[in-house]
Amino acid sequence: MKIHEYQAKAVLKKYGVAVPRGEMVENREQAEAAAKLLFDSGASGAVVKAQIHAGGRGKGGGVKISKSVEEAGELASKMLGMTLITHQTGPEGRIVRRLLIEETLPIERELYLGIVLDRAEAKPVFMASQAGGMEIEQVAAENPNAILKEYVDPGMGLEPFQARKLAFQLGLKPEQIGQAVKFMTGLYRAFQETDSSLMEINPFITTSDGRLFALDAKINVDDNALFRHPELKDLRDVTEEDPLEVEASKYSLNYIKLDGNVGCMVNGAGLAMATMDIIKHAGGMPANFLDVGGGANAEQVTHAFEILLSDKNVKAVLINIFGGILRVDTLAKGVVEAANKTRIQLPVVLRLEGTNVEQGREILQQSGLNFIVADTMKDAAEKVVAAAGKA
Amino acid sequence: MSILVDKSTKVIVQGLTGREGTFHAKACAEYGTKIVGGVTPGKGGTTHEGWPVFNTVQEAVDKTGADASVIFVPPPFAADAIMEAADAEIELVICITEGIPVLDMGKAWEFLQTRRARLIGPNCPGIISPGKCKIGIMPGRIHKEGNVGIVSRSGTLTYEAVHQLTTRGIGQSTAIGIGGDPIIGTNFVDALDLFNRDPQTEAVVMIGEIGGNAEETAAEFVKARMKKPVVGFIAGQTAPPGRRMGHAGAIISGGQGTASEKIKAMQAAGIRVCPTPAEIGETVAAALRGK
Repeated sequence: MKIHEYQAKAVLKKYGVAVPRGEMVENREQAEAAAKLLFDSGASGAVVKAQIHAGGRGKGGGVKISKSVEEAGELASKMLGMTLITHQTGPEGRIVRRLLIEETLPIERELYLGIVLDRAEAKPVFMASQAGGMEIEQVAAENPNAILKEYVDPGMGLEPFQARKLAFQLGLKPEQIGQAVKFMTGLYRAFQETDSSLMEINPFITTSDGRLFALDAKINVDDNALFRHPELKDLRDVTEEDPLEVEASKYSLNYIKLDGNVGCMVNGAGLAMATMDIIKHAGGMPANFLDVGGGANAEQVTHAFEILLSDKNVKAVLINIFGGILRVDTLAKGVVEAANKTRIQLPVVLRLEGTNVEQGREILQQSGLNFIVADTMKDAAEKVVAAAGKA
Repeated sequence: MSILVDKSTKVIVQGLTGREGTFHAKACAEYGTKIVGGVTPGKGGTTHEGWPVFNTVQEAVDKTGADASVIFVPPPFAADAIMEAADAEIELVICITEGIPVLDMGKAWEFLQTRRARLIGPNCPGIISPGKCKIGIMPGRIHKEGNVGIVSRSGTLTYEAVHQLTTRGIGQSTAIGIGGDPIIGTNFVDALDLFNRDPQTEAVVMIGEIGGNAEETAAEFVKARMKKPVVGFIAGQTAPPGRRMGHAGAIISGGQGTASEKIKAMQAAGIRVCPTPAEIGETVAAALRGK
């Protein structure tokens, strides 16, 4: 789960990680009040930052500096409601609904800090780089040696000596080392205690008066650990997600919307991906990824159908189920029920295999519905692509 | 022969008394697997479906001589269950549970480095040596005893591959689902190494998916050491970057872990990579014929 920058900074502050003073606002009045507070307490400028779940906001016009309360208000009213397009949002962009109003700081150096899971080592890796403000993927591709790494024992946490090593390698001044150790160990504690899957401070800045700050902050939380973090669960912003995906998540369906016109419903993540692949191979484009899981029941199948059909791009549907635990006859009943309930008009290609497949096929044939039955995955893909092409 | 499990493997079920645990313990027993008991803290001393239930894994091992354990406990407690099994000197721990927090798995993984146990999974269908032993949730009847080893990150896609082989009359020595999570116990290289040494196995199917670089590492192993033909498939060629495709580990992040990189590495290592899953069966058949 992604959270906003202002939410991430509030989390980090609790762990002793220094962040600039600021406030989240949702309208011009609040923006002016927040800016006034900053100017009154000595800030020389106030940054207006669009809060969306995507990077590259600065280049897209989502980060602007104001020198007065009025200017902050003006920038805020322009930014709120605008569609911000960055390289991470896709061409449709995101509507800006919240802003962060934050003090400007006298930046001296821009550095980078990040924590992710290193899958090969099976442990978190704490990364630091002098190339702050750039995308770390680009740094990794162009100059991998510029990224400093410390692996963290998940049972122990980031030790002060590791933080010290990184701080000296980053070229921080001797009087900044203590501050940096507090910053980095705090950051790692936040990572561990919030069950994050990714944390990025980019840039991590030093100021001309020697202080250290997280100028930006990105946190992704491990979805599997949300059960023990009700306080983080509340930070989910569904307006940042696709409405169909939000709907699917209510029924524990794994659904991801794509751009094609062949809707697909599959059990199991690997088979669902492979089904998308074979649709493309047959000359079509998948409209979605949808994994109904190994133990799907008739009700879930109905919901899955409804979600597939609410995507107006869908011209034909492919149902590919390998029934192991889930019996094919049970599934066939669910499909017939769902098709009747949703009064489906589109062509539906079914490819069912596994336990009780004969009974399942019989149920489909006797339903009076116009299903196209396929034998193999290849056959199914070709039939559904042909059907979508005709529609 | 087969790898890791056979007719003599004695299995306990952690989470036996739960719905999933009960259902699959019965299915495994029906297949012929020696289920010798279960563990549910607080229910020790009782019996469930005729099996003795113990409070701790240690007690279950002491009383039954179990050498394998299969875990069906819910995600919040599953990493702890893995460590408990390893600590009781169980040799083979198979964790079916999906949805374990990744930092919990990180700790369990670290713990496993100090114990003898081999972990399969988590978030996997388990392991089956057809005709001998099934420890997991895969449908037993689609399998057939034979000479092809299968190792896969996916569940139902493995069933698809098995089905294609069985309908062609090609049997399997052992099929292992290594799981779809970012941190797993047994990996591709471990499984390939075991199949390489197993006299029953004559060819191996390796099914990967987007995310991580385990397939690339496996390709290096195949190039350097593998003496048997390997047929491969990678799921997720059309998956968009940055999105988690069902499995926690199936995500392209920072341009890393794409299907095309994996396919390139595998082809360079001499693996016969199928463009679609529909071709797995015939490709294996050709490999066995030596073509």
